[in-house]
Amino acid sequence: MNYHKFDAVIVGAGGAGLMAALYASKNANVAVVSKLYPTRSHTGAAQGGIGAALANLEEDHWEWHAFDTVKGGDYLVDQDAADIMCKDAVDIVLELEHMGLPFDRTPEGKISQRPFGGHTNNITKQPVRRAAHAADRTGHMILQTLYQQCIKNDVQFFDEFQFMDLLISEGRVAGMVAYHINTGELHVFHAKAVFFATGGWGRLWNITSNAHSLTGDAPAVLLKKGLPLEDMEFFQFHPTGIYKMGILITEGVRGEGGVLINGKGERFMLKYAPTIKDLASRDVISRAIYLEIAEGRGVNGQDYVYLDVRPDVVNQYFDEDGKKNPDGTPRRITAADIDKKLPDIADFCRTYLGVDPIKDPMPIQPTAHYAMGGIPTDADARMLLDEKNTVLPGGYAAGEVACVSVHGANRLGTNSLVDLVVFGKRGGIAMAEYCNSVELPPLPENALAEVQGMVARLLANTEGIPAAKLRKAMQEVMMMNVGVFRTEALLTEALERIRELKKQFPNVYVADKGKRFNTDLLEAWELGNMLDLAEVTTLAALNRTESRGGHARDDYQQRDDENWLKHSFIWQDGDNFRFAYKPVTIGRYQPQKRVY
Amino acid sequence: MRVTLKLKRFNPEVDEKQHWEEYQIDVEPNDQLLDALNKVKWFHDGTLTYRRSCAHGVCGSDAMVINGRNRLACKVLMKDLGNKVTVEPIRGLPVVKDMVVDMEPFFAKFRAMKPFLINNTPAPDGRERHQTVEDRERFDDTTKCILCACCTTSCPSFWANGEYIGPASIVQIHRFIFDTRDEATKERLEIANDAMGVWRCRTVFNCVEACPREINITKAIGEVKKAILEG
Ligand SMILES: Cc1cc2nc3c(=O)[nH]c(=O)nc-3n(C[C@H](O)[C@H](O)[C@H](O)COP(=O)(O)OP(=O)(O)OC[C@H]3O[C@@H](n4cnc5c(N)ncnc54)[C@H](O)[C@@H]3O)c2cc1C
Ligand code: SF4
Ligand code: SF4
Ligand code: FES
Repeated sequence: MNYHKFDAVIVGAGGAGLMAALYASKNANVAVVSKLYPTRSHTGAAQGGIGAALANLEEDHWEWHAFDTVKGGDYLVDQDAADIMCKDAVDIVLELEHMGLPFDRTPEGKISQRPFGGHTNNITKQPVRRAAHAADRTGHMILQTLYQQCIKNDVQFFDEFQFMDLLISEGRVAGMVAYHINTGELHVFHAKAVFFATGGWGRLWNITSNAHSLTGDAPAVLLKKGLPLEDMEFFQFHPTGIYKMGILITEGVRGEGGVLINGKGERFMLKYAPTIKDLASRDVISRAIYLEIAEGRGVNGQDYVYLDVRPDVVNQYFDEDGKKNPDGTPRRITAADIDKKLPDIADFCRTYLGVDPIKDPMPIQPTAHYAMGGIPTDADARMLLDEKNTVLPGGYAAGEVACVSVHGANRLGTNSLVDLVVFGKRGGIAMAEYCNSVELPPLPENALAEVQGMVARLLANTEGIPAAKLRKAMQEVMMMNVGVFRTEALLTEALERIRELKKQFPNVYVADKGKRFNTDLLEAWELGNMLDLAEVTTLAALNRTESRGGHARDDYQQRDDENWLKHSFIWQDGDNFRFAYKPVTIGRYQPQKRVY
Repeated sequence: MRVTLKLKRFNPEVDEKQHWEEYQIDVEPNDQLLDALNKVKWFHDGTLTYRRSCAHGVCGSDAMVINGRNRLACKVLMKDLGNKVTVEPIRGLPVVKDMVVDMEPFFAKFRAMKPFLINNTPAPDGRERHQTVEDRERFDDTTKCILCACCTTSCPSFWANGEYIGPASIVQIHRFIFDTRDEATKERLEIANDAMGVWRCRTVFNCVEACPREINITKAIGEVKKAILEG
């Protein structure tokens, strides 16, 4: 048996995993296990910025950031956690700068900031410049900088090792099992603690901004082990994905002045969010686009609208909105500014659409983007076993895979990157402390049995259905039925379809029977995980009979605070599922009607 | 459109050496080559093996030799490749299986470059280190690198001598020596000036053409050479 002993293992090497590794490795012996090379993690795809009330360009306060976060999350945010995040955000962005992150700069040499959806001056209600950025590759720079620091600090990595099972003994975490992709060997990591930082699962849907690798392996495995997931009905559809491809066009485009235009040439957000218009929360804009299309105002009668950042168009709307520079002159944007501030976006449009955003508007549609729900944790990233905040000793999670909950029912742009570093750091520190206070638990008997059996079953079929066929069917039904708008009928139909697909799953045929780099096997295993998450997402969506944030029920259009101001926890027990509820932590901000 | 993909295959558990296999598939003109490879893998031959993740040119997983040029499979569209497309693994690194090569030697070089900010002066308390817009601009280009290895594995000097640190490593050196916050310029220039350093570059420009992030690599190499000469 390939055996490794560590104090702690971190699964995932995106922003959350690397930040946790930096801090945990200061006081404990830590390994980072990742199915991708760290720099391939999807944190590198984040574009627009990281939110922090640095107030480098105008008045701002972390309390304003916290309020925006709570309101953006449609009051399902735990306000104590949001306070921690927004307060810590300021110091942690400075810490990233000190680590070498090449932020863009203001004329005085400070970190530059841009407006982003839902971030406001709480007095004037107007957009505030809060998103610290490095062009439109902020996530790339965070990922690179954190990886660089890990190299500097000799963090130990196991690259291209895929987590497959969590080991628990005597009621606490005892390690994990990973599949070494290059050799097909299983490895046991015997450890006091395991930290999940495996990111999201956007690949459940067929139009997504998420990488092929974002398949929700960890939450699916935990669910099978009888652990709960929280708020799974809340998944964010970002309003501006490239038509048919889902590739993200950052909100930063609208931060720089870009506007949404329907097939009749109207700036339709004036209707839906008269105050902050194109910079309303993502859920609000995605629904607006969906409604415009449903009412026949898509471009050319098709299911897309335009995002327009052509300088003459933007400048015209700047004038109509009376936008001014700090010195009182009218705000202006030039073609050169766009190339400078949004180089990657311009490049995506030219490469994939053959469209030059300086000369043509971009065809866009909502794209599956971000998991608000996930592994329940407290503000020190400790995994919770139930709605009463009982912790699983040695279990940690942070980043997109976790639900703290700082995003509630809808995440604000720039708040994921903050979440990763803030809770990655807090969790890393807490985990090292835990490791220094306990002995290594024994390994459970037959630590490998579960995974060995599963791999053998997947390889056994000599004929059958390609995994890709089931995956496509799942992605399509999730997009059509468990998307921007939901109803009982749509969700019930989706549940039936997904259960049919699950029944077919044992017939999946893996053609590659080898041990070396068997991605055929891994894709099949990942499909199994996605089907499990598709099922719980649909069940949780059926269960919540209200509309809140990213969860819009056409048959229950109102937010229902009386019955639903609470988090949902879901458990799987064989073929049965069970729900429980946890009250939302309210602080300074009482739930109000949400208008933008 | 119907295309023929001619793929260089190698399965270490079965094959003694690499060989070509052809697949005919239907694709959309706007499909990425990655979509076409996925089609083969998903519906024709599950054993076909390559790395991929982001599918839009930002993670650096899928560098391959495509019609003779180093590119990312997700950043080239079928309509630009014609109806016969050859795909091979990148050169100069050991082949693991099909398009998958052993990236370890590449990353080992990267790590040897001290690719992290070195600044031993305590940072100002509760504030960022300042940097002017112009100083930030100075190294903007080289911060874009995604470590895909397209450049290094297209470099004739690297093929001739695998010890050469290669263009990707020099890009990293550039990123730090021109960052006004970094205090290790001398150390970095020594690494660059090594026998296996920048002077192995013969300015053949393959690397620039290969870089999917459009980094002006030869300009960066030139600036590093100049910095060494100026001490
Ligand atoms: C296109 C795009 C743009 C975005 N822009 C912004 C933005 O501007 N601002 C913002 O705040 N947020 C943004 N987001 C959201 C944010 O980038 C992500 O939520 C965040 O980066 C997730 O980071 P993470 O560390 O949780 O996971 P990831 O960075 O996704 O990393 C996951 C890690 O887990 C590993 N992993 C997964 N499964 C396994 C397994 N089974 N075994 C071993 N390892 C595994 C992977 O290898 C990887 O290292 C954007 C997201 C996208 C998709
Ligand atoms: S310019 Fe230099 S580094 Fe680039 S390919 Fe040519 S020899 Fe190699
Ligand atoms: S410089 Fe360009 S080609 Fe070379 S590794 Fe970086 S991104 Fe890839
Ligand atoms: S898959 Fe990420 S660069 Fe091609």
